[in-house]
Amino acid sequence: MAWRRTIVLTLAAHAVAVPAMAQQHDHQHDQPSVKPQPQPTAQAQPDDTTADHAEMGHDAHAEPAAASPGSAVVTFPAPEAGSGPPRAADAIWGEEAMRSAREDLRRTHGDFPVFWFQGDRLEAQVRQGNDGYLWDVQGYYGGPTRRFWFKSEGESGFGEPVKDAQFQALYSQAIAPFWDLQAGVRQDMGGPGTTHAVIGVQGLAPYMFEVDAALFVSHRGDVTARVEAELDQRITQRLILQPRTEVNLAAQDVPMIGIGAGISSFELGVRLRYELRRELAPYMGIEQSWRLGRSADFARANGENPSVTNYVVGIRFWF
Amino acid sequence: MQTDQLSRRTLFRLLGAGGALAAVPAWAQGHSIGARHEPPIRVGFDQVHGDVINLSVGAGQRTIQGRTGHGIAVNGSVPGPLIRLREGQNVRLNVTNHLSEDTSIHWHGLLVPFQFDGVPGISFPGIRPHETFVCEFPIRQSGTYWYHSHSGLQEQSGHYGPMVIDPAGPEPVACDRDYILLLSEFTSLHPHFIMRRLRTGGGYFNRQQTSWTDEYPMSVAERRMWAKMRMPPTDIADVTGSTYTYLANGRGPEEGLEFLFRPGERIRLRLINGSAMTFFNVRIPGLPMTVIAADGQNVRPVEVDELQIATAETYDVIIEGGRAEAYAIVAEAMDRSGLALAMLASRSGARASVPALRPPPLLTMADMGMNHGSSGSGGHGGMDHGSSGSAPGAASHSMAGMSMRDTSLLPPNVALGPGIDMVSMAPVDKTDDPGLGLRDVPHRVLNYRMLAALEPNRDTREPSRLFEIHLTGNMERYMWSLDGSMFSAVSDVPIRFAWNERVRVKLVNNTMMAHPIHLHGMFFEVVNGQVPAHQPRKNVIVVQPGASATFELTANEPGDWAFHCHLLYHMHAGMMQTVTVVGPEGAA
Repeated sequence: MAWRRTIVLTLAAHAVAVPAMAQQHDHQHDQPSVKPQPQPTAQAQPDDTTADHAEMGHDAHAEPAAASPGSAVVTFPAPEAGSGPPRAADAIWGEEAMRSAREDLRRTHGDFPVFWFQGDRLEAQVRQGNDGYLWDVQGYYGGPTRRFWFKSEGESGFGEPVKDAQFQALYSQAIAPFWDLQAGVRQDMGGPGTTHAVIGVQGLAPYMFEVDAALFVSHRGDVTARVEAELDQRITQRLILQPRTEVNLAAQDVPMIGIGAGISSFELGVRLRYELRRELAPYMGIEQSWRLGRSADFARANGENPSVTNYVVGIRFWF
Repeated sequence: MQTDQLSRRTLFRLLGAGGALAAVPAWAQGHSIGARHEPPIRVGFDQVHGDVINLSVGAGQRTIQGRTGHGIAVNGSVPGPLIRLREGQNVRLNVTNHLSEDTSIHWHGLLVPFQFDGVPGISFPGIRPHETFVCEFPIRQSGTYWYHSHSGLQEQSGHYGPMVIDPAGPEPVACDRDYILLLSEFTSLHPHFIMRRLRTGGGYFNRQQTSWTDEYPMSVAERRMWAKMRMPPTDIADVTGSTYTYLANGRGPEEGLEFLFRPGERIRLRLINGSAMTFFNVRIPGLPMTVIAADGQNVRPVEVDELQIATAETYDVIIEGGRAEAYAIVAEAMDRSGLALAMLASRSGARASVPALRPPPLLTMADMGMNHGSSGSGGHGGMDHGSSGSAPGAASHSMAGMSMRDTSLLPPNVALGPGIDMVSMAPVDKTDDPGLGLRDVPHRVLNYRMLAALEPNRDTREPSRLFEIHLTGNMERYMWSLDGSMFSAVSDVPIRFAWNERVRVKLVNNTMMAHPIHLHGMFFEVVNGQVPAHQPRKNVIVVQPGASATFELTANEPGDWAFHCHLLYHMHAGMMQTVTVVGPEGAA
């Protein structure tokens, strides 16, 4: 039964602690000065918890410090505390000697740039008809909230000229803890050479979905959009299953590249990778893609099947 | 009976010389090194003392348990030499830089004129290659301290060492043997590589993440909730045993650090956490430890079976040698990804069995500052060992209608932005939290409320100013900050104190990691429920995840001082600010 008594006493202590905190809160408007020490003996609570503790022989555990009155009574430094930047060392070592050390400290503590490059998908695709390959890489250079971001993806059949290659150069600005706003340009090559303005968001959605969504306006005035989402499901610390989806949308028909208004294509895939090391993981998987609506018509007219199943094998890396 | 005089014997005891090597110090053995050109760095430390002490900082190659890596050593060894001083003496320290880059030495916990505090860019310009920096100051205190580089990430590479200052009078606690146990880490990775990986590859070093096949006691609903919040409940340590070998006086757990004892002897063990990123849970199965000092300052003796020592803290404990042939001193990394190990041995070579690593702990909703009810809050009370410590109780229903980032809870001086991914919902003081992984162990564990200063504090005035500092961060971007601003944004905006001002500083942790916050140049008193005269003096205070901790300070050391999280990569990621104390001559 000893354990039970302990718990009851613990609860009692909590019960007392709560009103104490609540009281602190009540005080925060009418008590501009600092709330005094949470001295056990000075705490004139109706239930003297200190006594409880003493009885239990826990004299080393004094009663918890009371919560502070809160930010409402935070007081500001007196004029005697001075003002301006910290320059005490200048008087000893000289302003000149300190300047570069100061600058170095500032540059290296916080907002410093790093370079990151990721080959998210570098894969061979086996399908009915002509097999092909695909690349999907991205990277950035910059600090934690402002980055130059670049992306490239493209695909082709083996032995064919590259028919679809895209390159994006973006400025990326953090707008929320998990989200970046990205804006820049995209250049398509391999087809009818199109330049797009890009605006998009990239980040981590609730439930750990990695999302990349962008709107493109081509130099011909066509408006398209793409949303990609990936989710890493760890089976073990190294074996990771990654479902992935991609939706392409268009505001109008773009017959030149075989795109119809509406949802032009939809991809659903799953890749199973093994991280030899964090930076290097071979994978295999399967991906199904559909071209829909007018896009499907364009595909059929071209003699292509609007529904394609790809068996993929590839490598994911970053550094 | 006291180690007042430096005899040959006490000297060797202090070194904790390894096993059969007691007569032949480890560093005299040399190591066979491969093809690299860098000279080998010795493992373990010797001692320097006197009025003039010469230290030289140089590069070399470290070898730990067969793994090698680039290292930076003071006087050719990692840890650097024990600097042994006496209270009341004057010391001149000549620090010569043999590196090809700038270096520095910060005397951690020492009361010094600010210009000798050793922080480049705040207290001095740094030590250029091939230069010798001379500091001279009186020693105004006694106790267990340490020193380390404050330049770049050199500390991770081995630039640290112990420092012991004997009191001018008698020691308050007598002992037969006096040993130093300095805990740290070795990695073969370059520290800048680690920094980059922390910024670019979330969870890079965590090999204990949740998975379909893990053994964590979490329900599907709880897992879904953590995923929804985009927070990993396994983020106990940013850098782990996946790259670190944990070191005891520079040796890996297989390298047999040994402290000799005889049954019945009183052994003083000076624990120093000189690691870059690791909290250690220290215990000696079979022997209780009596804590007699914290951060170099004497406390009323308190007996425990285990204690958590945060990065940069020091604890002195007294152990009484039992009848067993040997006892293992086990320092588990807080995330249980590895351990540092030393043996108390009654004869050279005696070994005790080493307990297996315990299962890794998990963060709970209480670590987000959610503190309704008592279950799952973990930290409440050294008494409620019966409550569900690390089991994430009360989690499944508690997210309903709650925001994990309600920025209206923050005071107006906090800079809002993407650098803040969480706001503690109801931060409460958790100075009674024994620390992650120790909330539900079935024995006595130290917490801050158990510490009481032995000698009364001189200044017990009631603070005239309260002020709150919010610890903030974004784990995904690896941004760490104070009041929402990384150091790079506030390098010219110090926290200012007037001369002799008495201030009460409340630290509120809006992150899910425990941060050991260190103030240079002054001791503060932890507000832990003791009467003001006996609030323990410290220079590092751990603020538990989602919780608050408060200290009081008399601003009586003029100058500019660094104030930062002592997790090395957190400091580098921005969790730092300058504290300016105006001198008695008044505001500049």
